[in-house]
Amino acid sequence: MTKLLRPLLVLFVLLLAAPAVQAQFYQTPGPTSPTSKDEVQLYQTPDGKLSGRISIPDAKLGVLVQPEGREWREFRMVWLKIIAGALILGPIAALGLFYLIRGTIRIQGGRSGRQVPRFGGMDRFAHWTTAVSFLLMALTGLILTFGRMLLIPLIGHPNFTMLAEASKYMHNFFSVPFVLGLLMIFVLWVRDNIPEKADLVWLKTLGGVLSKSGEHPEAGRFNAGQKGVFWAVVFGGFALSLTGFLLMMPFAVTGIGGMQILHVAHGVVAALMIALIIGHIYIGTIGMEGAFDAMGSGVVDENWAKDHHRRWYEEQLRNGQADPDGRLRHHAAE
Amino acid sequence: MARMKFLCDAERCIECNACVTACKNEHDIPWGINRRRVITLKDGVPGERSISMACMHCNDPPCAAVCPVDCFYQTADGVVLHSKDLCIGCGYCFYACPFGAPQYPQATNFGGRGKMDKCTFCAGGPEPDNSLEEYQKYGANRLAEGKLPLCAEMCSTRALMAGDGDVLADIYKERVVRRGYGSGAWGWTTAYRENDRGNAFGPGREGTGGS
Repeated sequence: MTKLLRPLLVLFVLLLAAPAVQAQFYQTPGPTSPTSKDEVQLYQTPDGKLSGRISIPDAKLGVLVQPEGREWREFRMVWLKIIAGALILGPIAALGLFYLIRGTIRIQGGRSGRQVPRFGGMDRFAHWTTAVSFLLMALTGLILTFGRMLLIPLIGHPNFTMLAEASKYMHNFFSVPFVLGLLMIFVLWVRDNIPEKADLVWLKTLGGVLSKSGEHPEAGRFNAGQKGVFWAVVFGGFALSLTGFLLMMPFAVTGIGGMQILHVAHGVVAALMIALIIGHIYIGTIGMEGAFDAMGSGVVDENWAKDHHRRWYEEQLRNGQADPDGRLRHHAAE
Repeated sequence: MARMKFLCDAERCIECNACVTACKNEHDIPWGINRRRVITLKDGVPGERSISMACMHCNDPPCAAVCPVDCFYQTADGVVLHSKDLCIGCGYCFYACPFGAPQYPQATNFGGRGKMDKCTFCAGGPEPDNSLEEYQKYGANRLAEGKLPLCAEMCSTRALMAGDGDVLADIYKERVVRRGYGSGAWGWTTAYRENDRGNAFGPGREGTGGS
């Protein structure tokens, strides 16, 4: 009998307590209740991110309000444009001015006509795979960042959408050759890019760029500047790839907040890399006589090698890759 | 001219999800896309409230600001719409939207998310009103037929209301005065007041997208 009574008793108590519970769990009219429409608070005070439970399978929609989107909008609309704009136009202006003052850095004593093999087929394949994919991704990324501002007024909405969509796909797909090239570059050249004592001398004189006599500090296969570019490309490229791949797989690893941060990192690192590569392209083309040959034909002029990489040149002499007579040996550099 | 808004009275929402279902049915929304959803805050603890949330059709919409292809426009009624012909599915609007309104038909396909889809306030898109193309891309255009959004029209407790913002505010205030409590119009601060930068993208301004 008691067994049957107990649940009934519990139910009775619960029913008695219900109004009290009701008052505790739900808002009820009280002394602070508004008495006229003017007193009703229509706008809530914003209280940051709000999320709750949702009964549909898409759990990420449980976020009711995410105010962080506002900061991301500020970055995308203002800061990214300032940062990327400054990091592209700044180096171009500085290098243009430098070119007007210093001009092309000539080979001392001119070209000898004798050549030393510098970069083999594999080296150049790795370099150009990375370079072409980087340039395409930089260009398509800039189209997506600045296109609305600069291109829509010129070509109109439908044409720009075609361009932007193509840019988006190219930006995504060229990441694959970029990463492959980056890995090859790392494996092929990391050995010669370990920092050493001679780099300090090179850095102190900025590679002899300011010396009137055109003296260059001694350097091995890569000088300190090139080592700087190597490590910046390795770490910057790795950061770009990581953030980029994570952005390509929304919600695989991070949610909205994470993607906002990833996009900021991707944009800032990309702008820095573009600035670096502008300098790299300058010194490899119009900035220095004979430099392009290294990545173009793969062989450099002997006098260029003596100027810029004397220690490397001497090593090549000892290894028989180059000889005093200057005849090019018919085997690969490495 | 009316300024169309949604207002969800959290004290009335019973989390029946009928607005979600009605929306899906009315617009033939594919599986995986939710233009509207009901979120329960403080689930199972004192102060629990459910709120039906979709695109709030902000005064200064972040989605429209960050869109790289400028595919958004705002109708004279203040409804924020977009052109699926211009959208490239980049996902930027989803990063910027405070309410998680933009949806994509594919989650991951090496960056291909498909064209963005979101609540249209039952107002279709840039195509001719109630044309087949409009229906296939954006769903029904009830506004053009003189009807309000279905989610709000069939809400059994009248928690979710859609229509002119001033009228909705008046109804809501009257309710609060009568019953003596209310937690405010959810999302209104974010959508219409806090980040409102004046008339940058205000109602009545001729949209650029979809032209």
